[in-house]
Amino acid sequence: MTLRTEPFVLNMGPVHPSTHGVFRMRVTLDGEVVVNLEPVFGYLHRGIEKLAEERTYTGIVPLTDRLDYVASMTNNLAYCLAVEKLAGIKVPERAEYLRVIMSELQRIAAHLISIGSFFNDCGAYFTPFLYMFRERERIVDLLEMVSGQRLLYNYMRPGGVSQDIPEEFLPALKEALNQMPKYIDEYERLLKDNEILYARARGVGILPKEMAISIGASGPVLRGCGVKWDIRKVDPYSIYDRFEFDIPTGTQGDCYDRYRVRVEEMKQSLRIIEQAIKQIPAGSIRSDVPQLIRPPVGEAYAHLEAPTGELGFYLVSDGSIAPYRCHIRAPSLMNLTALRDMIVGWKVQDLILIFGSFAITMGEVDR
Amino acid sequence: MFAGLNNNPVSFPQAMPPDWPGNAWWHWVIFTVIILVFFLGSVIMFIYMERRVLAKMQARIGPNRVGPFGLLQAIADAVKVLMKEMVTPANADKIVYWLAPAITFAPVVMVLAVVPFADGALLADLNIGILYVLAISSLSSIGVFMAGWSSNNKYSLIGAMRMVAAVVSYEMPIVLALASVVLIAGSMSLNDIVIAQQSYPMLLMQPLAFLLMFIAGCAEINRSPFDLMEADSEIVAGFHTEYTGMKFALFYLAEYGEAVVMSSVIATVFLGGWQGPFLWPWLWFILKTFFVFFLMIWTRTTLPRVRIDQLMSLAWKFLFPLALINLIFTGIEVLTYPDGIPWYFIFANIAIGAILVLLWSRLYKVGGGRIAVG
Repeated sequence: MTLRTEPFVLNMGPVHPSTHGVFRMRVTLDGEVVVNLEPVFGYLHRGIEKLAEERTYTGIVPLTDRLDYVASMTNNLAYCLAVEKLAGIKVPERAEYLRVIMSELQRIAAHLISIGSFFNDCGAYFTPFLYMFRERERIVDLLEMVSGQRLLYNYMRPGGVSQDIPEEFLPALKEALNQMPKYIDEYERLLKDNEILYARARGVGILPKEMAISIGASGPVLRGCGVKWDIRKVDPYSIYDRFEFDIPTGTQGDCYDRYRVRVEEMKQSLRIIEQAIKQIPAGSIRSDVPQLIRPPVGEAYAHLEAPTGELGFYLVSDGSIAPYRCHIRAPSLMNLTALRDMIVGWKVQDLILIFGSFAITMGEVDR
Repeated sequence: MFAGLNNNPVSFPQAMPPDWPGNAWWHWVIFTVIILVFFLGSVIMFIYMERRVLAKMQARIGPNRVGPFGLLQAIADAVKVLMKEMVTPANADKIVYWLAPAITFAPVVMVLAVVPFADGALLADLNIGILYVLAISSLSSIGVFMAGWSSNNKYSLIGAMRMVAAVVSYEMPIVLALASVVLIAGSMSLNDIVIAQQSYPMLLMQPLAFLLMFIAGCAEINRSPFDLMEADSEIVAGFHTEYTGMKFALFYLAEYGEAVVMSSVIATVFLGGWQGPFLWPWLWFILKTFFVFFLMIWTRTTLPRVRIDQLMSLAWKFLFPLALINLIFTGIEVLTYPDGIPWYFIFANIAIGAILVLLWSRLYKVGGGRIAVG
């Protein structure tokens, strides 16, 4: 006797514990197996690109904070790079170093959240998540010291940064740097060789290398497939060509590799910060930039390696105080294009895990 | 071998402790009250302990506002839950929806009837105690399935389906693990099993059975890493997604009640129950119960969740064969030494258990998991 079964449709989200914001997946399930998946986004659309056309060039910086809200420093930097390219603004040496330190700190903080929530999706009941948050808290404290904010820093400006670091910042940063490797080792002992994690994440949600390149994936998702592609190396911006660091890559492109790449990247970020602290010169932190920047008519695209991938800003100027067009290349959105092909055939639990391994931020996907 | 077994199957007056004074009826009354007090008290303490220990292990503080050290937090939560509005989904199957919490809750308390608090201090000294525990404790899955079905919610249904699959699979290793203990103790009565652990706890003689029982027990009562039926990151709250107010509280109570029952059964069967020096027997029993629950909290904080197919394959391909082999070894030992197994077999059994686990984990492979969808 055979039972007659039929697939059913399950709406996961927009309000669901594991959708990292307000993402909705229209999932067709055959028992536990996903047979079709239709991502629906736009629930967090705030029209940032359109709003940017009504603001002055400096006034757009706080808007960029609200893109990937767990990594607002790198958003600021990407936008400022684009404006500087458009208007031909030079950045003082000290400001460059501050920018590098802040964006690498931000990368560690963002990866901590990604890894923590990945394990939460994996079902480890909040323990890794809260441990990671404990360390993220230290970084957030540091960033608060320089910017006065704890989440949306609004720190960088076209032509430099908004304010110099206070005196107590560098000692506090050094102390945090001394302790971070110890904490990372703690996570490694707790999580790296966990047998259940192997069973759940190894070989699950494989993204083939060719597919990753063809959809324009970037960041840990692309490097997890074994592609050595990091904007900091292949198209060095700011002063990244002065530092020594490696690009960690995975081999298979499964969820486990993406997690490993993030952990290794945190270690590399620590290396960069250590070098930057040694080299940082004294001097001014912002070049002489007018309140209302009027770049010449033209266009510019600047990109950088954000925690989620290649974040790019495309600005078109018509010579006025506001951009004619501002387009944002959001890495989270690009990475998500592979979602359906990676998930179909896996079970509901894998769906959550694979989706979690992308570590998207909805603020960036929907803009 | 089965000398300890009474031929009279279930005769309640005989099941009374022989030296108990007075008539049967006030024995029932007193022990019903004791069981209810113990049940509710430990559930409240378990909830408090779980939240505090979980918090400590996760580098945070946990509830500390209501009462001294936050001890009254569970009571405050209970009052809050009682005052909540009862919402029934419009398309729910009303009768089943209302019955489900009660059906889940009742069997959980019933199991405690055969668990001894001290020598002979139990509601009914059934000579088929173990069988009773196994039969009654799996009844509550019917209530869970009713809840999942009647809520008319897809998350609930998925959770309930997982629950039934898990409970059916994990009964097997539990039965076989307990069977090998019964072989050594020579009785199915939980009180007799405790008495049989006079010189050393069963944990030492049956380490593998304890391991299997603990793992399968965690799965049976939906504790992490097998908490797939209410996996909050996947299917929201599983079978009780649609439940609010007191109906939800009953499920919550039943969930922790199952933890109390499973911990107390494991403590009784493997850790020597009320046996212990210096302290009162009932205190030993309660301490051991809390210790077992502490182990469960520990696993919960540490491990990620397994997948549903891995859950099933772990039960059938790993726990079940090991339990069978363990049963065979135990049977041989019992047949060779009918008057009691010598104490030095403790080392032999620990060695056998370790070798079996190591060998079998080499053979055991978790499959890929992707299914071709055409």
